[in-house]
Amino acid sequence: MRKMLLPITTIWWREIIRFYRQRSRLLSAIAQPLVFWILIGSGLSASFQPSGVVSGPGYIEYFYPGIVVLVLLFTSIFATISVVNDRREGFLQGVLVAPVPRWRIVLAQALGGTTLALGQGVLLLILAPITGIRFGVASLFITLGVMGLLAFGLTNLGLLIAWRMDSTQGFHAIMNLLLIPIWLLSGAFFPSTGVPGWLAWTMKFNPLTYGLAAFRHSLYLDTTVKAFGDGPSWTLSMLITSLFCVLTYVGATFTASAQAN
Amino acid sequence: MENLKIIRIPVQTTADCLIEVENLSHSYQTRRALENVSFDVSCGEIFGFLGPNGSGKTTLFRILSTLIPVTSGTVRILGYDLSTEVKAIRHRLGVVFQHPGLDVKLTVVENLRHHGHLYGLSGKTLHHRIAELLEQVGISDRATDRVEVLSGGLQRRVELAKAMLHSPRVLLLDEPTSGLDVTARRQLNDDLRVLADTENILVLLTTHLLDDAEACNRVGILNNGSLVAIGAPDELKAQVGGDVVRIEGEVSERLSTAIAEKFSVSPVLTGGHLRVECERGHEFVRDLVATFPNEIQTVRFGRPTLEDVFIKLTGNPFVQ
Repeated sequence: MRKMLLPITTIWWREIIRFYRQRSRLLSAIAQPLVFWILIGSGLSASFQPSGVVSGPGYIEYFYPGIVVLVLLFTSIFATISVVNDRREGFLQGVLVAPVPRWRIVLAQALGGTTLALGQGVLLLILAPITGIRFGVASLFITLGVMGLLAFGLTNLGLLIAWRMDSTQGFHAIMNLLLIPIWLLSGAFFPSTGVPGWLAWTMKFNPLTYGLAAFRHSLYLDTTVKAFGDGPSWTLSMLITSLFCVLTYVGATFTASAQAN
Repeated sequence: MENLKIIRIPVQTTADCLIEVENLSHSYQTRRALENVSFDVSCGEIFGFLGPNGSGKTTLFRILSTLIPVTSGTVRILGYDLSTEVKAIRHRLGVVFQHPGLDVKLTVVENLRHHGHLYGLSGKTLHHRIAELLEQVGISDRATDRVEVLSGGLQRRVELAKAMLHSPRVLLLDEPTSGLDVTARRQLNDDLRVLADTENILVLLTTHLLDDAEACNRVGILNNGSLVAIGAPDELKAQVGGDVVRIEGEVSERLSTAIAEKFSVSPVLTGGHLRVECERGHEFVRDLVATFPNEIQTVRFGRPTLEDVFIKLTGNPFVQ
């Protein structure tokens, strides 16, 4: 067992120590979403009135869970970029010729990205009381669990893409074309209530919609005033988010095995 | 190293044959990178694959280092079939890549520890082995420095220590001296020699540098994906025989024909110069300059080099 865990822990540890020694990454992953939150949140506060909602929390409150998920997305995805260069011309070459199965390498990378994303997500969670959210011990741990699950799925999605890419430019293109829209259409930015039919359907088929809904549910477990809780149910959200994690992990492992050279 | 004991030793293993390659071919889409390459390499020697860029060296290296699967032909390393027993082979291979494989944000020891963990080494065994190898390659005093502050030469030595950490039987290196200055190159070649002798391993490297190839026990010359010669550098050079005279400057077909007629030799116009193989080169040079005083600008002559072997076998210039 220890022999099996040793490669996983060592690859995980490297992700963490690298991050710690490049602290500018911390700033880039957390500062941009924070600026978005303050500027867009404040700017749209006055005009934000989703259909079917008579009164409720303002846009700053609505936008908050989406911003936490954006931090998770950014950190998870940035943690996987190094795979692109490392695989052909760097550190990963040595890992690939070591007697370690690909599934363990991917698992270790995913856990590394998850830890980093979770750490930064927690930094943002400290701001939750500003938006009126209250935590009990149980709800806090459930929230952290959901955040961990989301971060794991997003890191695996990043790995799935990164293991296929030959250049970081290509990775950034995918990031802008695919990942940002996935976030925008998850209910992070605007609720699905009252949007045109085609958009509502797109949001229904977006796995992150359920991840974000699960996160909203967990955030408001101990808070009586809910911020727009008419999304997917808690059970469905958790089921789809868990399925997303499994599928992206299997996909990333499969890709890593096929593209190992 | 406990995990090495449980892996079976196949019956086919012969004591001194570490790598056996038969009819190995490899293609990238439509381009043929390796064409029916066959060779055997034995223990305790430094074996170099010499060839210009695009000759198939790196493809061969990537196949042997288990990064690209064998698609045609057979490769046995330490008796294990590379197509079916990759894991057993990976335990016994040390690999140094052309592009640096160290994490520059980690210290020397952290890099080595990480590598040891991947191979199942830990605790005191790993600690002692790291200390031993750092001592061997002469970088004990830099152990806690981050790799990013080390010179290129020192980084290569860390890579060497890293590749040797799990006591492999075969050490593979892709263009190990690329990017190093002359002193660092010489130092690295010395380090390899010491490792091959003290650890009794096979060192197999690829290079496009003639000096590096000269330092090997045996050399395989690759051209356009085919192995055109294999043997000790001296044996290969003996195939050329005599001296090699190289006429540089404004050489032409006309001059080539004139020299051939006058001296009964076979000049080859290659890479912008005329190359002539002959016995008693010093006398030939004297007569040549006397016969063509206006046409000849620069003449060099000497014993054949591996470059001459390459040109003789392929008819192409050796472009480094």
